[in-house]
Formats: sequence, structure tokens, C-alpha cells
Amino acid sequence: MSKASSPTTTKISSFMLMIIFIVLALSLTAIILAINAWYTPGQELTAGYLLLIGVLGVAMSTYILFQTKKRMLRLKIEAPSITTTIECRKCDFKSIREFQRGDYIFKEVEPCQKCNVNMLITAIYREVKERKRERFPF
Amino acid sequence: MNELATTTALQNQLLQEPFGEYSWILNILFYAIFIVFIFYGQRIQMYIMLREVEGSLYKLRYIKDEGRKTAIETIKEIGKPQADPTARVDRFLEYFTISPQSLDPAGVVWKLEHILDVRDTRFKDEVKLMAPAADETQANNLENTLEAAMALNYIYKIIRHFYLLGKKTLSLYIIMQIQMILPLVMREAEAYASALKAFAYGQPIGDGAGALVAAKLMHGNEIRKIPKDCVVATVPIEGRTAHVIKAEGPGGNVGKIGEAVKIIIEENEGKIATIIMVDAALKLEGEVVGEVAEGVGAAIGGPGVDQFKIEESILKYRIPVNAVIIKEDIGDAVSPMRKEILDATDKAIERIKQVILERTKEGDRVIIAGAGNTIGISP
Ligand SMILES: [Zn+2]
Repeated sequence: MSKASSPTTTKISSFMLMIIFIVLALSLTAIILAINAWYTPGQELTAGYLLLIGVLGVAMSTYILFQTKKRMLRLKIEAPSITTTIECRKCDFKSIREFQRGDYIFKEVEPCQKCNVNMLITAIYREVKERKRERFPF
Repeated sequence: MNELATTTALQNQLLQEPFGEYSWILNILFYAIFIVFIFYGQRIQMYIMLREVEGSLYKLRYIKDEGRKTAIETIKEIGKPQADPTARVDRFLEYFTISPQSLDPAGVVWKLEHILDVRDTRFKDEVKLMAPAADETQANNLENTLEAAMALNYIYKIIRHFYLLGKKTLSLYIIMQIQMILPLVMREAEAYASALKAFAYGQPIGDGAGALVAAKLMHGNEIRKIPKDCVVATVPIEGRTAHVIKAEGPGGNVGKIGEAVKIIIEENEGKIATIIMVDAALKLEGEVVGEVAEGVGAAIGGPGVDQFKIEESILKYRIPVNAVIIKEDIGDAVSPMRKEILDATDKAIERIKQVILERTKEGDRVIIAGAGNTIGISP
């Protein structure tokens, strides 16, 4: 579950991929037909329709492909970074470091450099970077 | 279906004028798609659902295997066992608990409590065998780690069961019911996965918010142990005497707060002005993480035994019970404590003081009980 490890299975379903590629091929055919029709006199309307179909198909299949890729990225489990805050009970000295195994809140740790009293772990927390939140009117 | 209608309309328009030699391809294609969707629409939908479940199943298997790996590694690192603990862990992951029969519900709480006690003892013994070198704190953390791995294993097996059953029977309803709850199940699985890591390292989790409030209140005062797995400190607050109760840390432990509250009430012969329970509570979507709310009732999670006991003992002396909760979602509750929740504990303490000032007189005795898993929080 470390940051580097990736899931053992990264395959997108082949079924889905096949459908996407068929749609992509068909839409490209439609675009070619549209170009063909455009140069045939009296077929301008048909060309327009075909172009519409083609563009829609390409847009849809690339969108789905993009979505699947995004889902694959989410498969990794992120390891959050945990912060430990250490405070001196006498002076206002405060230090922040990465969490180490064995830390717990209200644990006495190494003495303060100035006062020679044992310092205290006062907080252990994880900071979450909020992804740009969608704003709802609620 | 609407799309289908528009495409056929489009196709009719296209048919009106012949266009080149390729027109028949498009023609046949449109009809073929139409027919396929009419007859096989549902089946296609079913396969898509199955694919979706399969994708999640891959992810669940990955999460579960990682969890198992973490648990085994932690046991090896901390417990220093002579033999390889893998087989033992695998056996442990399959462990089950049968809840008591509730056909005749009278007295079921005591039966449940007994079963849970047996389970707890069994787990502790098992962990001791797996990790002989672990001290009490580490053993408690290991027990929690293994329980999280167990939950992940169980979730994976249930989803796999329905997936395979759906595939075998091709019943839309079997596939649909699992596909519908899948997002919630995945959220829970992810929560357990991060919980497992937090337990393995002994980091405080969001659920420990109540325990942290109690720890902050009792810090610097004399602390004594009370059964079972709890600590109590007598703290002067605003001219009142507060008995602050929490589970004993810093190992992963929820304690029997219900039992502890009962003992303190009996020690004081029922002369308690009020009980204030502090706990983390599940928030609704849209609510802010770390919001503090106040109410009445015994705020404590778990299988219900502790809540029942508290309610029983306060009823005997008619003691009012107030609750202060810190809101968070399921993911936050079992993963390492978020900064917002940590900050909320100070707000909760302010609220508690306010409740004490408003609801009690000077010289009164109150009980403040911080519920939740005290992992990474001392004492
Ligand atoms: Zn100092």
C-alpha cells in the first residue's frame, strides 16, 4: 500500500475497448463518407448529417476512453502523510515532523533544547488537500 | 430509446436521397443496431453491470491482498514470531462470530456481550500466539489491524459471491442489487484499507475524537484504571467535579465505557448531576467535517451493549444524559485523524464546559465519557 505500488490488474475490460474502437471506426467512416458526399452535387445536406454523426461518435468514444483511464488511475491507494506536532510544556517551542511508529498523543519525547524538560506530542493528524470543490448552491 | 428514435428519423431523411455506393452499409447498420437493442438491450445492460462489478472486484481483491500483506509484515516486524505467521493469519481471516438468537429478545444484550467477550479473549490469545514479542499496546494495535483485514476479506468474498452467482444465473436482479450498492461498498472497503494502515502504525483515527477530548480533559490529572480496559480521572471543571472516562490507550481499544460509567455512578451512589457523552458521529453528505453538535442521549457506537448499559444505569437514578458529537464521514472515522477533527476537539471541549455551566450547579458531580477507539491517544 505504498505510493509506488500499482495494482496487479490494470486491464480495462477488453469488451469495452472493442466497443469503443468499433464506434471510433464507424464514426471515422461516417466522416469520410461526409467528405465524399460534400463533393457530390446536391448531397450537401447528407454530408452535413454524416459529419454530425461522425463527430459525435468520435467525441463519445474518446470521452469514454478517457473515463476508463481515469478510473484506472484511481485504483492506486494513496498513503497519506501524517504529521506529528511536538510542544515544549515550558516555553512555546513547537516542532513538526513526520509521524514515526511508536508516536502517540501525550507521549513524552526527547527534552527541549532550551529548558531541558521532556517535550510532549500534542497532535497527530493528516492534512487533506481538498480537491477543487464543486460549488453547490446548498 | 430517445436517441434511437432520433437516429431512425435521421436515417429516414438520409434514405430519401441516394448517396453513393456506400448507402447500404449505413442502412443495414441502422437496422441492425435497432434490432439488437430491442431484443438484447437488457442483456447488454446486464453485461455492462457485470463488467462494472468485475472491475470493482479486481480492486477489492487488490485492497484485500494488500491488507493481508500489511498485517503479516507488521506481525513479523513487531511480534518477532519464530515461525511464519502467514498460515495463522489466513486462518484468522476466516474467523466468524455468530450473533445470539433474538427470537426471544429479552436478555439478548447480555448474551451478545458474552459472545463479544469470548471473541475478544480469543482474538487476544491468537494475537499473542502470532506475535509473542509484542507489548500490550502493540498487541491491541495488531488485533485491530487483523480485524480490519478480516473485514476486507469478508467484503471481497461477499461481492465475489454475488458476482459469480449473477454470472451463473444471469439474473438481472442478482446483478442489479450488487451493482446498486457497489459505490457504498467500495467506499467502506477503502475506509477499512486506510484504517488497516493506521492501526498497523498506531496512528490516531477519526473515530478517536471522543477519546481525544477525554484525554485532553484528563491530561495532567491523576489517572486510575477501571474495568474494563478504561481509565478515569477526577478533574475540576468550572467549579464542578468531573469524572472523565475513556478507553485505555495508546493501544487500539474501545474499552467498555458502559461498564465504566456504571461503576462511577455506583461509586458516587447515583449523585451525578449529568452525564456528557462525547463521540464521533457519521455526518450526512453536505455537512462539514469537524462540525460539533449537541443533543441528548447516550452517544456511543459499537454493537449496542455499552449504550444499553449506560441507559440502564442512568435510568436507575434518573440522571440526565447529554451528548456532544463531532461529525465526520465513514472514511474519516477509520483513517488517520484529519486536522479538522483534531481542531474540532477543542471546540467540543468548549461545548462541554458550556453544557456544564448551563445544566449543573457549582459543586455538582458530572461524568464526561469520551467514546471511540483510543488508538494513538494516551492515556
Ligand atoms: Zn522548552
